[in-house]
Amino acid sequence: MELNWRPLIPPAAAFLLSPLLLGVINRTKALFAGRRGQPLLQLYFDIFKLLRKGATYSRTTTWVFRAGPVVGLAAVMAALALVPLGGLAATMPFAGDLLLFAYLLCLMRFFTVLAALDTGSAFEGMGASREVLFSALAEPALFLALAALARHSGSLSLSGMISGVGPGSWLTQGPALALVAAALGVVVLAENARIPVDDPNTHLELTMIHEVMVLDHGGPDLAFILYGSALKLWALLALLAGLVVPVRTGSAAADAAAAVGGMLLLAVGIGIVESSMARLRMTRVPKLLVGALALAALALVLVLRGGGRP
Amino acid sequence: MTLLLVAMGLTALGGLCALAAGRRPRAATAFGVGSAAAGSALGLYAALGALLSGAGRPLAGAPQWSMPGGSLSLELDALSAFFLIPTLLLSGLAAVYGGEYLAAWRGRKNLGAAWFSFNLLVVSMALVMVARNAVLFLLAWEAMALSSFFLVAFEAGKPGVRRSAWVYMVATHLGTACLLAMFAVLGSRAGSFEFEAMGRAAQLSPALAGLAFVLALLGFGTKAGFMPLHVWLPEAHPAAPSHVSAVMSGVMIKTGIYGLVRLLAMIGPPPAWWGWTLVAVGATSGILGVLFALAQHDLKRLLAYHSVENIGIIALGLGLGLLGVSLNLPALAVLGFAGGLLHVLNHAIFKGLLFLGAGSVLHATGTREIDHLGGLLKRMPQTGAAFLVGAAAISGLPPLNGFTSEFLIYLGAFRATAADGGTIPAAVPAVMAIAALALIGGLAAACFTKAFGIVFLGEARSARCESAHEPGLSMRLPMLVLAAGCAAIGLCPLPVVRAMGPVIEPLAGPAASKVGGELAAAGGMLLAITIGAGLCLALVALLALLRLRLLAGRPVEETVTWDCGYARPTARMQYTASSFAQPLSALFRIFLGTREKLRAPEGLFPSAAGLATETPDACERGLFRPAFGGLAWLFSRLRVLQQGRVQLYVLYVVLTLLALLVWKLG
Amino acid sequence: MNGSLPIEAVLVLLVITDLLLLGSSRFRTCIRVVAVQGLALGLLPVLLHGAEAPARAWGLAGASMLLKGAVFPLLLLRVLRDTGARREVEPYVGYTLSILGGVGALVFSLWVGSRLELPGTALTGSSLMVPAGLATLLIGLFLIASRRNALSQVLGYIVVENGIYTFGVALVGGVPMLVELGVLMDAFVAVFIMSIAAYHISREFDHIEVDRLDRLRG
Repeated sequence: MELNWRPLIPPAAAFLLSPLLLGVINRTKALFAGRRGQPLLQLYFDIFKLLRKGATYSRTTTWVFRAGPVVGLAAVMAALALVPLGGLAATMPFAGDLLLFAYLLCLMRFFTVLAALDTGSAFEGMGASREVLFSALAEPALFLALAALARHSGSLSLSGMISGVGPGSWLTQGPALALVAAALGVVVLAENARIPVDDPNTHLELTMIHEVMVLDHGGPDLAFILYGSALKLWALLALLAGLVVPVRTGSAAADAAAAVGGMLLLAVGIGIVESSMARLRMTRVPKLLVGALALAALALVLVLRGGGRP
Repeated sequence: MTLLLVAMGLTALGGLCALAAGRRPRAATAFGVGSAAAGSALGLYAALGALLSGAGRPLAGAPQWSMPGGSLSLELDALSAFFLIPTLLLSGLAAVYGGEYLAAWRGRKNLGAAWFSFNLLVVSMALVMVARNAVLFLLAWEAMALSSFFLVAFEAGKPGVRRSAWVYMVATHLGTACLLAMFAVLGSRAGSFEFEAMGRAAQLSPALAGLAFVLALLGFGTKAGFMPLHVWLPEAHPAAPSHVSAVMSGVMIKTGIYGLVRLLAMIGPPPAWWGWTLVAVGATSGILGVLFALAQHDLKRLLAYHSVENIGIIALGLGLGLLGVSLNLPALAVLGFAGGLLHVLNHAIFKGLLFLGAGSVLHATGTREIDHLGGLLKRMPQTGAAFLVGAAAISGLPPLNGFTSEFLIYLGAFRATAADGGTIPAAVPAVMAIAALALIGGLAAACFTKAFGIVFLGEARSARCESAHEPGLSMRLPMLVLAAGCAAIGLCPLPVVRAMGPVIEPLAGPAASKVGGELAAAGGMLLAITIGAGLCLALVALLALLRLRLLAGRPVEETVTWDCGYARPTARMQYTASSFAQPLSALFRIFLGTREKLRAPEGLFPSAAGLATETPDACERGLFRPAFGGLAWLFSRLRVLQQGRVQLYVLYVVLTLLALLVWKLG
Repeated sequence: MNGSLPIEAVLVLLVITDLLLLGSSRFRTCIRVVAVQGLALGLLPVLLHGAEAPARAWGLAGASMLLKGAVFPLLLLRVLRDTGARREVEPYVGYTLSILGGVGALVFSLWVGSRLELPGTALTGSSLMVPAGLATLLIGLFLIASRRNALSQVLGYIVVENGIYTFGVALVGGVPMLVELGVLMDAFVAVFIMSIAAYHISREFDHIEVDRLDRLRG
């Protein structure tokens, strides 16, 4: 019996290419700022360097601090088994996998937050407090956006939803899909600690969210965290790219290439957003997230009316 | 059924013996714990058997009862068995835990009376679930309320406790009044107070059925803790001893859900507005419950508000199920009911676990104030680990049990939105449920990272916390068993869901024949979840090994936490529960009404400063206090009737009798 | 379905502008958003009739776009400048909650829309017309009720008018010329009078906050 490699392509692509996305974002930002910027593969170098180092732990911490990065990375890796790559179905798609996907990301966040609180540092507590607030508000937007996609495609698995979006759907349901894409875009920015929600490059602990939570991690732990966030960015961007780049040729190579290309373009887009906007005031972020929720709700209204699909 | 009766009798007998042993605390404890644990184990065996065999088992040859309208009709069917399982499981474990927990009060309190009340509570809860006669049911219901009242008032010497107990008493009796009215409506229609007769005569007019539903919602909802009828919950649960809190919060409030479900199975097909109402009630209770929980800094009060939230999730599931029945969407009906009922079981397990954990913390440190705790994981590793499992489970995280029940509810809602030709009447509440569940999930995760993170992680915030120690085996064991239960149902939900078929069938109405098929379909997805969760666990193990390999032979140092180079960090500088929740409570201040008392630092060398926040219950403050104030004023007007002379009272009695006679004959 | 896509897009824009109004804090932004909303709605009659739109539809579109897209906004911007009103809209209800309220209004309208059988739904081919119109109407009323500044209230009136207009289109299945003209006139007078009133209030009291008018009671 011949082994079918196709289902393994999406996670394999994620494991190999995800650090590249951050390289692209940073390169775009450098370009806009008139700098040459880091090498595209900088994150790979960072991760490998960190993996070779020892570690330093605070005496305050317990096993929860050490478990945080491990559980976080494992959760997002498991979640990637559910994420399709454009028209390519995920490794193990099933009806309702979107819930497992969202809650695995939640598990990752839960442990990151606990690891941050384990240090007893007020800075990390502050970051943790903001992280849980923003993610609690991003969650409904994500779910409503996915519900709109589920309605559009009539499928309850992420793979079915994404492959249900073809060029034709943009012609018939353009406004709804655009709204879903906008809502998902905000969720991507918020969940991955990008501007305008969080500034990944800031150097002041008081203004950070995600970065400040991992201040005390070092060595392999930090490598796990960096790799985990790259994978998380990949997972959410893959959904968005599958939506906005509806290339469905049926050939695995072409579809995968189109999806990866779309993701790189989206990464450039994130770089442009980050170059042209400032981080919002913390008190304004909820408004942005609720706005995303409103867009997703509007998309749902658009796809809902007029009875069900035949 | 006989086995269950024996178990109940054993527990009751043990309670009586404990009462008789009275002031000899060791004997009383031994009687109480032994009989409650043994009775629960025996009853659990009977209930499991009944659930797996499916068919109902009425008690044959019940003796006559001279109570008018009453009879001793009892039955153990799948629905009763399903509710009995968590009830008896948690009661038994809580009894084992309570033996050691109450030891601190030896000689100061009458432990015999406490154990008598506890055993009576267990027996009456079981009786509520098997009674098939309204009079018997109400009698058991009252016994349950009274025994738990005495348990709440266990520490009546403390200032707040007595008030809490009275709030509970008043609330539960208001609920009972609604139940009396409901049974009067149903019973007068059927001409009998037997449940079976009521079910047969169930073709009520829509108005009467609606009236019965609303009365049940109020009466059972008070016990279950639907917002805004929940006000007694955050008062009574923290006041009771922790093992009693676990039983009250984990299973006693579920008798309200049981009653509602029993009624729904009894009276005819539900109109759509019942489903709408339950979805709305569920979303409100869920969201507001978790928001109030976030704003608390009393550990047990926080957990009590989470019960309101979880009851909301259960109501969401049941509401979607009702909608599915009335709109003829079998998938929605089955998944909604299955999710809601499974959450009954799951919540009993993790909430019991969390209350027992909170009890251990209280036992070890003497305080429930989260902001005075911290760093307990190092001193109480097993309690901490068990609490972490409960916290993750209640946040609905895979691979634990909370995820499975929320998954089923979500799945039903998504199917109603996406597939099944989802019409707008089904899709709109479904979407509301999805949004509410997502928000609740996020907020619950926020709340439990706070609860676990502040209490167990970081540095100790007070001296008592530094000297804390792990409790004895009989307190740890129940927690570990419950934690294992969370993981077991989370990893293998399939057998549990399969066994729920006969529980759901009587609820599903016309869709009853499709229950098996739908559950089997859902089973496939649950299997996929098991695989996904297993994958996640395998990856955790793999990565942990990788990390150990990488760190082996490399320098691993210990130092202080990075605090911006500041050399003298103190434990007081850590983020507290209040500061952690501040952004959220500020965002939702319009619902919460958090009050802040700030003593700002003054002068060049400020000495004392402080900030205190308090979030009193908005419903109690805005709704019940004015209402009761008005009532009190009204009744104070009636004082003219109260002259304190016996002759006058006799006169009243005679006048009333005469009036009744005239009315009856006229 | 294809033919109604531009109409859908206009209606989506209508709802998005509603939500933007609920969420934005600056008057200037609000006025611009209302202008965009007016322009988009002005396109509706033309889109409805397609290429063979009668002259009447073109004329109505032109008049409505001119008024709502240019005249009202300019007038309001002038009032804003002349009265020296504060630049923030000062709502009673927070922005985040307002947006959520808007979503609630939208869902409610969807439910109402699914209950109402209107002739226009069949004619225009877009079942979004009724929900969008109703939602706009409700949001406009909410804006009037929840903001304390006279200018906000004028904006609210215009939004209400836009909602009625959309609803009317769905009701009659075309452009209800008489209704539209009447409402447009009403709105025009309202804007005019309110602007003048705002101007005078500000001259007398140095502010244009309506909630302080209750002090005028004898």
